[in-house]
Amino acid sequence: MSETKRDSQLVTPIRPTLAVFKFASCDGCQLSILNLEDDLLALGQALDIAYFPEASSEMREGPYDIALVEGSITTPEDAHRILSVRKQATWLMTIGACATAGGIQALRNWGDVEAFKRTVYPSPQYIQSLSTSTPISEHIHVDFELWGCPINKAQLLRVITDLLAGVQPRLPTHSVCIECKRRGNVCVMVAKGIPCLGPVTRTGCGAICPSMGRDCYGCFGPAEGLHEGPGLPPNTASLAKEFHQGLRLIPVEVLRRFRGINGSVRPFREESQAWEQNDRDR
Amino acid sequence: MATQSNNHIDVVPKVLLQQLIDVLSAKGYRTVGPVVRDGAVLWDTIRQIADLPIGWRDEQAPGRYRIEQTDSTRIFGVVHGPQSVKPLAFAPREPLLMIERSQGRISIQPTMPKSEKVAVLGVRACDLAGLAIQDHIFLKDAYRDPYYRTRRDGLFLIAVNCTRALATCFCASMDTGPRAGANFDLALTELDEEMLVEAGSEAGREVVRALTCAPASTTQTSEAERQIEACADSQTRQLDRSRLPQALYDAHEHPRWDDVAARCLACGNCTMVCPTCFCHSVEVAPDLTQTGSEQSRLWDSCFTQEHGYIHGKNIRPTIKDRYRMWLTHKLASWIDQFGTSGCVGCGRCITWCPVGIDLTEELPALLKSSTQIKEESIQS
Repeated sequence: MSETKRDSQLVTPIRPTLAVFKFASCDGCQLSILNLEDDLLALGQALDIAYFPEASSEMREGPYDIALVEGSITTPEDAHRILSVRKQATWLMTIGACATAGGIQALRNWGDVEAFKRTVYPSPQYIQSLSTSTPISEHIHVDFELWGCPINKAQLLRVITDLLAGVQPRLPTHSVCIECKRRGNVCVMVAKGIPCLGPVTRTGCGAICPSMGRDCYGCFGPAEGLHEGPGLPPNTASLAKEFHQGLRLIPVEVLRRFRGINGSVRPFREESQAWEQNDRDR
Repeated sequence: MATQSNNHIDVVPKVLLQQLIDVLSAKGYRTVGPVVRDGAVLWDTIRQIADLPIGWRDEQAPGRYRIEQTDSTRIFGVVHGPQSVKPLAFAPREPLLMIERSQGRISIQPTMPKSEKVAVLGVRACDLAGLAIQDHIFLKDAYRDPYYRTRRDGLFLIAVNCTRALATCFCASMDTGPRAGANFDLALTELDEEMLVEAGSEAGREVVRALTCAPASTTQTSEAERQIEACADSQTRQLDRSRLPQALYDAHEHPRWDDVAARCLACGNCTMVCPTCFCHSVEVAPDLTQTGSEQSRLWDSCFTQEHGYIHGKNIRPTIKDRYRMWLTHKLASWIDQFGTSGCVGCGRCITWCPVGIDLTEELPALLKSSTQIKEESIQS
């Protein structure tokens, strides 16, 4: 970003510094920032991008005004590192399913990590890994969470825009179904009998999967309430029952529907565990 | 059910129906009709009769919609899809205003929709009834919505009287169908070889005058009448409104609300497909540079968390609160508010509910007294 251009177009007198950190993740959410394309120049003007190793080798030290955190905590080292990230940041937001919910790698929470290590690595004793993958909010205070695998770049931009304007960021928490109907999609569950997680999944993706005729697999996490704060957990029990009784999924298939990218978030976790029990009881 | 009208009825051989689209096109209308897509029918632009779902049939049940091709030659064999005419007047996403800041000044520009003449071919009686309710909400009294007005004014409505009822239909018990009542420009009744045409407006009569048609014979009109009557008689669902609205107000603490709340997903599908639901929210989308902000109106639903939020408090925190609010408004307080029921008997909320909640089953259960419930449980 050249100085002259920045000065001539600067709108806010203070350019907050931005830092982007990576933990256990695939980098897809960081790429969503770079995929902002049309808005990237404006973003670079509005914010002082101080630390973003994925994008630039120029890495300045903190403290930072805004920190974005991608990825979950899966190693003892990262459990320590996230504390220092928090100390350096005034306002911290998680980006994506890994950082917000533990991600797909949280499937290890139901498995035996020591056994995985022995199977994969010839010298497992060198691998330092926790037995669980946990969201950032289990380790530090998080100011805002962005859901999705990957995040929706318009949502990211919206939150940053709100921050710059001094407005408390707020995103809708309702079901994917509402977005589907606004877009004029035909419901894949009702018209094709496909077990879709849309009714219990948070909006934000733009109903991408149902728009392509396939089922939502819940990558934006549970709609509305989670474990604390306002809102109620989505009625996963009723949807799961419909998958089983109406769409004839066997219990282990119902379990797998809920145990995916956001499988360790409470409403989805408890639902999959209920069906695990159901499967054992058969 | 609306009784037989005294309007003049003409007949057009079905093979000549293309003329209708051509006449409308010559008058500057884009014709929209039901088109098969993704396992249902959706409104889309059509250029020829062959674009319509000829020979297709829909079967609907709670939480289930299926469509299949048959060897029938019926043009309007599909009763309806998830969309009523609602999205054509009350757009799911309507840009309202563009606010711009330039050199210290703020300008506000309304972003009106483009006015367009759209002929909608294949509107059902229930949807006309739904549209009449939406007209009342958006256009009557002090607050008239110019965005809705612009879209609504361009509509030329071609109704189709129903001669086949779905398992989910109950318009006969709501007095909204299966015959198109008022509010249409043309109403068609499909027979095996011919289409009966009735004009309901001056614009409709003008179109009929341009068609090659003849007055319908008594045999033809009574055959149409018979089929419409049979359609009404074949409806298996009904909604008994005789004790409404009061009985539903009295049922505010009924245990049945807990049962339905255990099934309800609060996903909002019922409200999205409902031809009368009109809730909306306004989304403000500022740009990053803080020089512009677009305000849009979006379809909203009383089943969302945000909808029940007032200053500092959510007044409908549970699914039970939300379902009760929706059904009580739809079937009871709507009557006090607008003078009609908020339900037109189209059955879409039954079909498109992913878990198949059926309001025609919920209402009678909610109106049962505790003594009735006790007696029934003793008997069983």
